[in-house]
Amino acid sequence: MEPLSWGAIILRIFLQFGPVWIALIATFALSIAYKRKLGLYGKLFDSTIGMIGFALVMFWVFAAIFGGPLDMIVTHDALTQVSGLKNKVPGIPVPGAQENEIYPYYLLGGDNLARDVFSRMVKGSWVVIAIAPLATVFAFMVGITLGLPAGYYGGKLDTFLSFLANLILAFPVILLFYLLVTPEIVDTGIPSYMAAVLFIFPLIFAAVLLNSRYHTQPRIRTPMMIGVLVVLGWIYLSTISEVGSKIAVLPAYLDGFDVPGGILVVFVSVVFVNSPTVFRIVRSLALDIKTRDYVAAAQTRGEGTWYIMLWEILPNARGPLIVDFCLRIGYTTILLGTLGFFGLGLPPESPDWGSTINEGRKLLSIYLHPALPPALALLSLVLGLNLLADGLREESLRD
Amino acid sequence: MSLFILRRLGVMILTALCLTFIVFFLTNLYPNLEKLAKTQGNFRMTDEQVESYLGKNGYLQPTPIKYAQWLGVWPGYQYSAEDGTVTGRCIERDMTPEDAPRFCGVLQGDWGQSTVFKDEVSTIVAKRLGLTGWLMLCVMLVMVPGALIIGVLAGMKEGSRTDRSLSTVSILTTATPEYVSGVIFIAIFSSSAVGLKWFKGTATSAMDDITFGNFFLPVMTIALYGMGYIARMTRASMTEVMTAQYIRTARLKGVSFPAIVMKHALRNALIAPFTVIMLQIPWLLNGVVIVETLFNYKGFGWTLVQAAGNNDIELLLGVSVVSVVVVLVTQLISDIGYVYLNPRIRIS
Repeated sequence: MEPLSWGAIILRIFLQFGPVWIALIATFALSIAYKRKLGLYGKLFDSTIGMIGFALVMFWVFAAIFGGPLDMIVTHDALTQVSGLKNKVPGIPVPGAQENEIYPYYLLGGDNLARDVFSRMVKGSWVVIAIAPLATVFAFMVGITLGLPAGYYGGKLDTFLSFLANLILAFPVILLFYLLVTPEIVDTGIPSYMAAVLFIFPLIFAAVLLNSRYHTQPRIRTPMMIGVLVVLGWIYLSTISEVGSKIAVLPAYLDGFDVPGGILVVFVSVVFVNSPTVFRIVRSLALDIKTRDYVAAAQTRGEGTWYIMLWEILPNARGPLIVDFCLRIGYTTILLGTLGFFGLGLPPESPDWGSTINEGRKLLSIYLHPALPPALALLSLVLGLNLLADGLREESLRD
Repeated sequence: MSLFILRRLGVMILTALCLTFIVFFLTNLYPNLEKLAKTQGNFRMTDEQVESYLGKNGYLQPTPIKYAQWLGVWPGYQYSAEDGTVTGRCIERDMTPEDAPRFCGVLQGDWGQSTVFKDEVSTIVAKRLGLTGWLMLCVMLVMVPGALIIGVLAGMKEGSRTDRSLSTVSILTTATPEYVSGVIFIAIFSSSAVGLKWFKGTATSAMDDITFGNFFLPVMTIALYGMGYIARMTRASMTEVMTAQYIRTARLKGVSFPAIVMKHALRNALIAPFTVIMLQIPWLLNGVVIVETLFNYKGFGWTLVQAAGNNDIELLLGVSVVSVVVVLVTQLISDIGYVYLNPRIRIS
């Protein structure tokens, strides 16, 4: 068989992404039809920049979901090596494809180990989409839980927490990654202990949030708190405890799921690097908002301090926080890529974009196709997130 | 003002102490020491051999004491072998134990030995920092004027076509991390697959002799990533200034548009970007690490990766002290500069 021409390659890739296009069109049709009822999300569809950004982001979200756990878009297994296809150009036919009933072409060529570049790129999107938003949520939980009191109370607490935040920010990120993610440090269990500390913040956040709102109605609060805390606590303990590692609090029959060691370490270090910046943003917003009249009104009513922080200040800080959330997911994606680029944390055969770029760059002067697709994929996702943030900022400033 | 600077200096020293202690603690954990022993000796060492190697070199003392020795406030470690020879931290090769100083740490100007490069940490850091200095200088020369021009042009008339297109360009550059833009640049401009071959894909030769061909790509790769952010900040501050009352007054008086921009708007619009530029320097450090690895330019960032990858404790400490000082000094300069540039704060 002849290798495919570029036109045919593009057409085949387009068809391969079929489910993604359908999902995208459905999302856009529904959102535009109901955009007046959807609040800030609906307003996003008034700005061209915001829509382009949203489309880019959702493209990769759908590609990740369909390609990752559902196995739909990928043409080959991300780890299978087909002999004879090492570093072959895009569109190369796979020998013996008909007998084995596999996809007959390597659409974007083969990499240094004769694996399919296209499938690895799609699989890699799942690594990013699964880690980056969740890690950002955790960083926000930590930043909000510490930043609100620091800004609201001020004083010694603020000085201490700001010092800690500046301390972490003064570290060069890559040095921090090298210190936290090397296998020797992982052996000592320090990342697991850090996970135990960092992951408790969502629990604290949820508990304080509910308690401050409903503490006058114990009949609603107590069952709700127990329910939420049991579920969250079980998730928390299952995440951090792993049979045979340094932290094994839960017996095996209660341990719901295990996070693979490498992923957990990467996750922890990304949250750790991001939370001081979120802390600083939340702190400065709290400093600004606490002088407003509605905060003074709440203080006069005799509301508790946590109620004021979480139910008066936080909702009014949501605009800048949502915008920063989008930007920060992009930044987290870049950080994940950096980790992969230095070969830290994730296993070397992992299809994530950073690792693939790192592998591809070694032969870059001769073969472009293994390194460029993941690089462009990462670029388009981060660009989408930045455009989305820009659109959201514009639309939230409008009213 | 002097009190402010003194307080900041105090915080700086405290931060540097805390950070180096963290680095010290993490690099001195036993698995890391074991790795160090095996790379220094051989990989087939038994556990006892590792133990005796570490003991002989003073790695098995309690961490705070080792840290104090590194700092130079605790007498240096000494080890007497069975045949009577005494070795120790402060004893150089051609020195008798009696002549050796009691303290030898950072405070005495002794930064220790690198185990990877087999050289004094201070000489390595100085040499590598010099190389990176050239890179940073070129980056600054490209990035700062470029970003300011883009930002001012975009912010001059908000919502115009120039604004839209320049803003999109700056968003694009902030969305392109160095390892992506570097790979794309190498692919387009230096690979034999595309065939342009305008520039060199490595900057190794730039360590001895900087030319346009071998230095352009690394400089552009770092500069582009920082440029977008500074340009957006400049644009924001410029649009804010352009809507101010005194600009409207000037327009109504009939001052020409270029004169308004050059004489009235620019000075006030450039206060905010100054802070941003200073605060970008620590971020450039990250870019430097990536770009030096990618282009194989053996500067400070490359040294950091080598030291961290091989658990070279004293070199790593030297590197982190330097980078922490860079971060904190730029913060200090940006604070002082902000006060100095802004007449409203300066006079009151």
